[in-house]
Amino acid sequence: MARIKHPKILTASDLTQGDVIFFTGTGWSRHHLDAKPAQTDAEIAALEAQAKADVAANRILDVQIIDVALREDGKPEPIHYRERLRTLGPSVRRDLGKQANP
Amino acid sequence: MNIPVTPQHFYTYDEFDAAFVRTRVAEFREQVQRRLSGALTEEEFRPLRLMNGLYLQLHAYMLRIAVPYGTLSSTQMRQFAHIADKWDKGYGHFTTRQNIQFNWPKLVDVPDILDALADVNMHAIQTSGNCIRNVTADHFSGVAADEIADPRPTAELIRQWSSNHPEFSFLPRKFKVAVSGAAHDRAATRVHDVGLRVVQNEVGEIGYEVLAGGGLGRTPMVGHIVREFLPKADLLPYMEALMRVYNSYGRRDNKFKARIKILVHETGLDEIREQIEAEFESLDKAAIAADPAEIARIEAQFAPPPYETLPDVSESVKKAKAANTEFARFVDINTATHKQPGYTIVTVSLKPIGGVPGDATAAQMGVLADVADKYSLSELRVSHEQNIVLPYVKKDDLFALWQELKAADLATSNASLITDIIACPGMDYCSLATVRSIPIAQAISERFADLDRQRLIGKLGIKISGCINACGHHHVAGIGILGLEKSGEESYQITLGGDPTLSASIGERLGPGLRADEVPDTIERIVGVYLAHRDLDEDFIHTYRRIGHDAFKSALVTGTPRMPAANPLDQGGGI
Repeated sequence: MARIKHPKILTASDLTQGDVIFFTGTGWSRHHLDAKPAQTDAEIAALEAQAKADVAANRILDVQIIDVALREDGKPEPIHYRERLRTLGPSVRRDLGKQANP
Repeated sequence: MNIPVTPQHFYTYDEFDAAFVRTRVAEFREQVQRRLSGALTEEEFRPLRLMNGLYLQLHAYMLRIAVPYGTLSSTQMRQFAHIADKWDKGYGHFTTRQNIQFNWPKLVDVPDILDALADVNMHAIQTSGNCIRNVTADHFSGVAADEIADPRPTAELIRQWSSNHPEFSFLPRKFKVAVSGAAHDRAATRVHDVGLRVVQNEVGEIGYEVLAGGGLGRTPMVGHIVREFLPKADLLPYMEALMRVYNSYGRRDNKFKARIKILVHETGLDEIREQIEAEFESLDKAAIAADPAEIARIEAQFAPPPYETLPDVSESVKKAKAANTEFARFVDINTATHKQPGYTIVTVSLKPIGGVPGDATAAQMGVLADVADKYSLSELRVSHEQNIVLPYVKKDDLFALWQELKAADLATSNASLITDIIACPGMDYCSLATVRSIPIAQAISERFADLDRQRLIGKLGIKISGCINACGHHHVAGIGILGLEKSGEESYQITLGGDPTLSASIGERLGPGLRADEVPDTIERIVGVYLAHRDLDEDFIHTYRRIGHDAFKSALVTGTPRMPAANPLDQGGGI
């Protein structure tokens, strides 16, 4: 099975709420640490298929598959600062967004 | 149910306007339902939501609401506070297009928000999409001492003409119009797709100087005069002709070359002028021109209020200034000359030291509505500099007003000074941004927090954009800051010498990008060069033009953190 440069996770926005959400393998979570990383081309293809299905089911929009690094406990952290901001909320309003309710 | 409108001195919706907005809300409510049911895909729904001002941003949806020509009533401001509290997160963001944005609405709530806006004669139509956007105007319209004529009746006429205009709802790209009626250009008319300046010809007739092809973004350009004097009655036929030329020949093959500035640039000014004039001559002008009775109806609604006859000098203000230096500073910095003796124009800064430029809490919006009722004939303005203006304040009321503003943290005395920074939302909110801009504004604001020092530096505009789209207008700042991603890190380019006024110019890059933590030091050094070279009372742009760009290059020393001076004024080099 082909390995890839960085593990990846599937993220999107919730259609009704607009919240940033992450695919856990079985459903969607507001917390990126719940996301299931894909580490092979086949696993990435599965994420893409999942995204397509949930877009078609009108659950999500603005789908992105992003690069992550895995922590020692195996949990994913986005590599790019844009995606890190999406897991937190505005850096100038720490009382808002996901960071307000970790 | 529409909330009754108190007597106001600007346009009030008639039955047609109110019905039009209500119909659009009902239509959008149905479109949202169809989206939620799956009858509409996102691809189908996206243009519909954008036409109603609803974006999807980095963390959530964002709703952009039009404040026509930046003028609003206390009732409307109070409704913003209500919306912020009920459906958002207790605050709103005033923008460089004189609009307000809410950063956290839920799709399911947006129809109710739009109904609440319709209750106070407001909407979010044409705040996005490739159409004629909300028309902006001088935020001192109707009250400025240097005004030839109030530009807002013109802006209102264009609002009515352009709303749902069938021919101009799908332009090659968005289209922004600004109108100014004063000797000084406070509406940045030379960097809009079309700028209209109210002018008088040699026989005293009022008309317009028409500028076209200005704009910022990735290809900043200063607009050109396409008509030196356009008779007032010809406004709509001429606009129709100009828009037709743009709609016909503007590029649709490349989004980045689709604005009218590129068409003017590629076609040539003489040729584009001839095309517009030829189209203008071919039109049935009488059929397009606004009915004079309708123009008179609109103009009547902007009639000046019944001013009191007052002495121009207020003894109470003189006494209060003598007794309170903080108040004296506020009066000196945040008020402007009014056309009516005894009155003044007050700028309420939304730039507290270290704050988020343009943000106001729901509570602050409530206070702004209250003080507008008490001291400004229930009227406010949103400036493109992201501040609020109270246009009808009696000088005798200034001290009481200042005390109420101060209690709400709205009395920062920095209008047009170095901490009155324009900043786009940047990557803290915006999905298009490539870096953050607000933290840079905050860091500079804190660095120059000392109000006496700010006064010493004088008027100096810093404007920050978090990407090449330039929503923070950095190209026309004395000191502009453009954020860009560089090797996966946030990086900031400095430009100098931009100017949004009649002497408009685009800033020139100072050198390579800086790390975020290098920016305040670099601004400090630029200010140091300026203070070292300026003639008495010479503002930044004039010193810059006199001594030249290269004189500032020494300010750009990257990678060498520099300690702030023990006495900040030491930077002045002998001032």
